[in-house]
Amino acid sequence: MDVQLLTFLIVGASFALYIAIAVWARAGSTQEFYVAGGGVHPIANGMATAADWMSAASFISMAGLISFMGYDGAVYLLGWTGGYVLLALCLAPYLRKFGKFTVPDFIGDRYYSQTARTVAVICAIFVCFTYVAGQMRGVGVVFSRFLEVDIVTGVVIGMAIVFFYTVLGGMKGITYTQVAQYCVLIFAYLVPAVFISIMVTGHVLPQTGFGASLADGSGVYLLEKLDGLSTQLGFNEYTSGTKGTFDVFCITAALMVGTAGLPHVIVRFFTVPKVRDARKSAGWALLFIAILYTTAPSIAAFARVNMIETINGPTVSEQAPTGTPYSEAPSWITNWEKTGLISWDDKNQDGKMFYSGDERNEMHVDRDIMVMANPEIANLPAWVIALVAAGGIAAALSTSAGLLLVISTSVSHDLLKRNLMPDISDRKELFYARLAAGIAIVIAGYFGVNPPGFVAQVVAFAFGLAASSFFPAIIMGIFMKRMNDKGAISGMLAGIGFTAAYIIYFKFINPAANVSQNWWFGVSPEGIGAIGMLVNFAVALVVFKMSKEAPAEIQQLVEDIRYPKGAGEASAH
Amino acid sequence: MAFKNEEDKKAYWRENLALMTKLLLIWFVVSFGFGILLVDLLNQIQLFGFKLGFWFAQQGAIYVFVALIFIYMYKMNQLDKRYGVDEE
Repeated sequence: MDVQLLTFLIVGASFALYIAIAVWARAGSTQEFYVAGGGVHPIANGMATAADWMSAASFISMAGLISFMGYDGAVYLLGWTGGYVLLALCLAPYLRKFGKFTVPDFIGDRYYSQTARTVAVICAIFVCFTYVAGQMRGVGVVFSRFLEVDIVTGVVIGMAIVFFYTVLGGMKGITYTQVAQYCVLIFAYLVPAVFISIMVTGHVLPQTGFGASLADGSGVYLLEKLDGLSTQLGFNEYTSGTKGTFDVFCITAALMVGTAGLPHVIVRFFTVPKVRDARKSAGWALLFIAILYTTAPSIAAFARVNMIETINGPTVSEQAPTGTPYSEAPSWITNWEKTGLISWDDKNQDGKMFYSGDERNEMHVDRDIMVMANPEIANLPAWVIALVAAGGIAAALSTSAGLLLVISTSVSHDLLKRNLMPDISDRKELFYARLAAGIAIVIAGYFGVNPPGFVAQVVAFAFGLAASSFFPAIIMGIFMKRMNDKGAISGMLAGIGFTAAYIIYFKFINPAANVSQNWWFGVSPEGIGAIGMLVNFAVALVVFKMSKEAPAEIQQLVEDIRYPKGAGEASAH
Repeated sequence: MAFKNEEDKKAYWRENLALMTKLLLIWFVVSFGFGILLVDLLNQIQLFGFKLGFWFAQQGAIYVFVALIFIYMYKMNQLDKRYGVDEE
């Protein structure tokens, strides 16, 4: 069977599965629509959280990024996992005890202020749209490469599927679909990784193969070889970085804190029955995430060695390779050339391809293809290629659904029910939630088809905003019971204002100046959220000192959320 | 009130904070410490095919993160039981 037919079959089967689950798990009330009735098993919730979190970017792009960045790729690996420790220890149990539906709910009630609620709603909606546009694009790319339909058709199919199970099932439908999607995506990620690890090093586990010696009998360690190849070709040594230490520190911190502050991640911990389940669920979620995140850097290293050796020719003796003739190029090079993601420019007219980090380089290889082309680079069977396509789509769909739900909840619950139309019935609210989800999908689809040029730029924005606004406000809301509305609001505004100004200046107003010499203390726009967070804390504390502390009943509320049981439920909604 | 008295309540919260601080310290040391600030120093030590600092940055810290959350879960469940505030 050829690759395309197999891809149709496997992707089609996965879609049928998602739809079947959606029909089975329809939501009947707002409680089910927003938080799946609060009755999800912690392990299932952990899987769903993992699928929700790991987006098209984690699945498709991350290993490729690391492959080209070497050591510096650690900012993503540490940043996107370390945030869960903060979540589990400092946020999840308390927010679960608080027992409301959304992050703006917490901010609004804890700081007894509609202004605070509104600021939080706007941030939540902005962060989610930023993200979801990228996901829809991811679906489009996978469809167009593997099923050879055009991107528009691909995006529309993706929209239709997400629409179906988000609008019908709400959080309940999404949670159980995400469990299935996690299984599909992790299987699809691991199969090629294991195959390649065995081929290159003889180790079944990519995590140990990463640090093993090569299977060709030379006794050279994989990373040693990669360091050697890299320096020989004019790149930096793979295992050491090029970014400044303080910048790496700040980017990692911004991504960690941003992760812990992202509304679509936090909301997952409202879906489990008890406080102790929230703790457990965070542990399982990180375990499921770690399976992919510890495999990714191994794939990155294997893929880089494979790619360099395919293009430049294998290192046989002491002599450095001079390139593979284009006429003998493997089919993956020509396949991906069609998509424009690989290109070859025969500068020295010798008919051979050559890849390097200096003036001899003749190749352009897009980072995003590393995971998708990996099975082809390693000559794996056709069904593995089809599986990777299904996995990429699962990753994109699961994340989009989670984000769309936050958008619809923010509109129907935080904006309408808690703000503009407090008297609407549960049925009406549910109707508005579905309507908002539907509209959000259409808008996201539009951005998927016509991606604004700044999608990649605004990702830094999403994390920076979450890090500099939500995270400090929630932390102080739990651990400083006297913190008041004025302190929290001015802190959020100062944090966001500072972070946004820095990013907008370097990314949009004056991109030419975006070099390390001009950065404050050498901190790049990607890492500035960490500084913005400190600004938020500092401003909040100063303003707090100058104004009246939170009223007694709010302090009592904070007391209550600190204990799993006892002094009554935090809220009877 | 599930706590026996106000003292117990304060003690529970103190123990919770102490545990949290300890675990966050480990969290900081393995990621920001070993993986970033001390990476060059640790890279002089070789662990199989890995330089140690590089290993912490791209593998080791993540394993520790997972362990930290499960330790927190286990210890907190014990604490809840000891103070009679576990949910059952």
